[in-house]
Amino acid sequence: MKHTISVLVENEFGALSRISGLFSGRGFNIESLSVAPTADPELSRMTLVTYGDDQIMEQITKQLNKLISTIKVVDFADGEYIGRELALIKVSTDAESRAEALRIVDIFRAKVIDVTPKSYTIEITGAPAKINGILELLRPMGIKEVVRSGPVVIGRGAKGVVG
Amino acid sequence: MELTGSQILLESLKLEGVDTIFGYPGGAVINIYDDLFSSSINHILTRHEQAAVHAADGYARCTGKVGVAIATSGPGATNTVTGIATAYMDSIPLVVICGQVPTPLIGNDAFQEADMCGITRPCTKHNFLIKDIRHLARTIKEAFYIARTGRPGPVLIDLPKDIQITKHKFSYPDKVSLRGYKPTYSGNIRQIEKAAKMILAARKPVLYVGGGITLSAAEDELLKLAEQARIPVTTTLMAMAAFPQRHPLALGMLGMHGTFYANMSVTECDLLIAVGSRFDDRVTGRIDSFAEKAKIIHVDIDPTSIGKNVAVDLPIVGDLKAVLGKLYGYLNSKTEQVKNLIEATDEWRSTIEEWKERHPMTYRSSKSVIKPQFVIEKISEMTDEDAIITTEVGQHQMWAAQFFTFRQPKTFLTSGGLGTMGFGLPSALGAQVAYPDRQVIDISGDGSFQMNSQELATLVQYQLPVKIVILNNNYLGMVRQWQQMFFEKRYSQTTMELPIDFIKLAEAYGATGLQATKVDEVEATIKQALETPGPVLINFKVSREENVLPMVPAGKAIHEMVLAS
Repeated sequence: MKHTISVLVENEFGALSRISGLFSGRGFNIESLSVAPTADPELSRMTLVTYGDDQIMEQITKQLNKLISTIKVVDFADGEYIGRELALIKVSTDAESRAEALRIVDIFRAKVIDVTPKSYTIEITGAPAKINGILELLRPMGIKEVVRSGPVVIGRGAKGVVG
Repeated sequence: MELTGSQILLESLKLEGVDTIFGYPGGAVINIYDDLFSSSINHILTRHEQAAVHAADGYARCTGKVGVAIATSGPGATNTVTGIATAYMDSIPLVVICGQVPTPLIGNDAFQEADMCGITRPCTKHNFLIKDIRHLARTIKEAFYIARTGRPGPVLIDLPKDIQITKHKFSYPDKVSLRGYKPTYSGNIRQIEKAAKMILAARKPVLYVGGGITLSAAEDELLKLAEQARIPVTTTLMAMAAFPQRHPLALGMLGMHGTFYANMSVTECDLLIAVGSRFDDRVTGRIDSFAEKAKIIHVDIDPTSIGKNVAVDLPIVGDLKAVLGKLYGYLNSKTEQVKNLIEATDEWRSTIEEWKERHPMTYRSSKSVIKPQFVIEKISEMTDEDAIITTEVGQHQMWAAQFFTFRQPKTFLTSGGLGTMGFGLPSALGAQVAYPDRQVIDISGDGSFQMNSQELATLVQYQLPVKIVILNNNYLGMVRQWQQMFFEKRYSQTTMELPIDFIKLAEAYGATGLQATKVDEVEATIKQALETPGPVLINFKVSREENVLPMVPAGKAIHEMVLAS
């Protein structure tokens, strides 16, 4: 089962490689990973998407917690969090398909951020499923390139995850 | 007062109570060695950096203190990796200091540069690259704290050469504040009470004890608990010395080369109390039939150990000394119930006694050829079971575990997790440095011994009276045994074709070399070795194709043993 895990770590030299090394060394799967500093500049927050059975997920969270530089690990269960992903999509367009592309962009509340006679580059944010949705509709026009950030997530409710 | 980085390092070591370090100099640590020249810290020069780390490891294992090793950058540092990985797998507290090229050169493929933080990330508990002199003292404090607390382990400090000569005001912090590292010591009291209730309800309980018991120095608590409820105790390789093996409740080692009765007890028990052990594959055999009739309580300070290989019924995260102490205290308040438990488990202990009688730990003795097991038994007897024993890895290691009757904590130093050949001699060296007056014996094979035999020089230089016992079968015996049993005796590359004259080798270094080739020479030779001052090597020409038995073949359940006939 897919899990989204937030990890607060010391924002220091080698922090990312400790986490990625843990996943590769122990054979855990990693689907996406995003990292950036938090409001507290001494901390970084990583959002990981991984999958495995309950026993593996338990090991993953325990092993992450075991790292000295890890401050906090939160394994978000379904419905408890809001996840958003950014995607930049370069799609082929011609005279015929331009209008259709714009309609799709409009429906998904995406934006065209670069235009050439032969292409649109589209920016979209949203839950990963929404991004999958727009990609499916754009695919027949010919997708030249997709860059996805991997999701970042935040818990629902008033409480924040802090160190 | 302003000190240089290398002076700060040495002053910090002293404040951590370090009086002895093991190491090997080189370009990137030359400043540290310059300050060591006039320091009160005792430095032992090994002949290889791997040996320096194993020596620090042996020192740590027998004293419980943090071992310290030092090496130069590049090859010096990479040579420490096997030593570090050995300590990591057995959770031994070490601080390893490596020189590094000057900070402006890092990443430039400079002479003798290696990315040690990158290389050792998976085999250290934590590691540090010091890039700023202001962080040096604090980092050393943290390194020692991390190494010795929680589940102990090796910590590496990579110290660039320019930091070693930069001056800075020295003040050593009193406290460590690591917000991501707060080990749980006390153990949840409600879980402990549940454990006590499970023990009181058990009819066939077994304590399965691992190296954590030594790391927590909880041997007394274990003994008290076992005796209180008369629970039989099986120990892993790492815990053989943590429970007196002559004790009526002792079942000896379990697992691949465990005793018949230990493996049967685990297979048949209805409650397995795992303490400081980690369900290693050499212990469990086929995992789905390991203790399959039992409820499992697992006590460990490291949450990742619990539930990793087997699902447990009751996890307790905490320090064994605290948890076992509380468990004992709780049961102590239930005198009547404990009495009932002892009565109700009488039959279980009788069953175990029958197993012990049916298949005791034994071997076929011989009058014509020296049996390696016989040598171990004799050493055990002639040292009053009081020596510090180190081993290399292979058949001799298993025989040492099986036939030396350990009775004192911290007297069996062996590479259990990583299984490092070449560990025994340098770790014996480290133990002898820690305890100059105790008997320290490296039980070795002819293969393993040659992996760090250069340390004979260190023994002689410092006149460390380590006795090296080579059980010489001219084979890489353990691999040969597998080839015999599972590869139709195709002894591929396991015959040591060149018979080494070990006596001459010992003498070349200035040590004493002895040899026994006949059974009736064994005792006299051991006696002579023990009475000879200084380092002594004893070459026992033993029965060549002797096998370590019992043996659980790979992939089998632990009750499916090949037994000694």
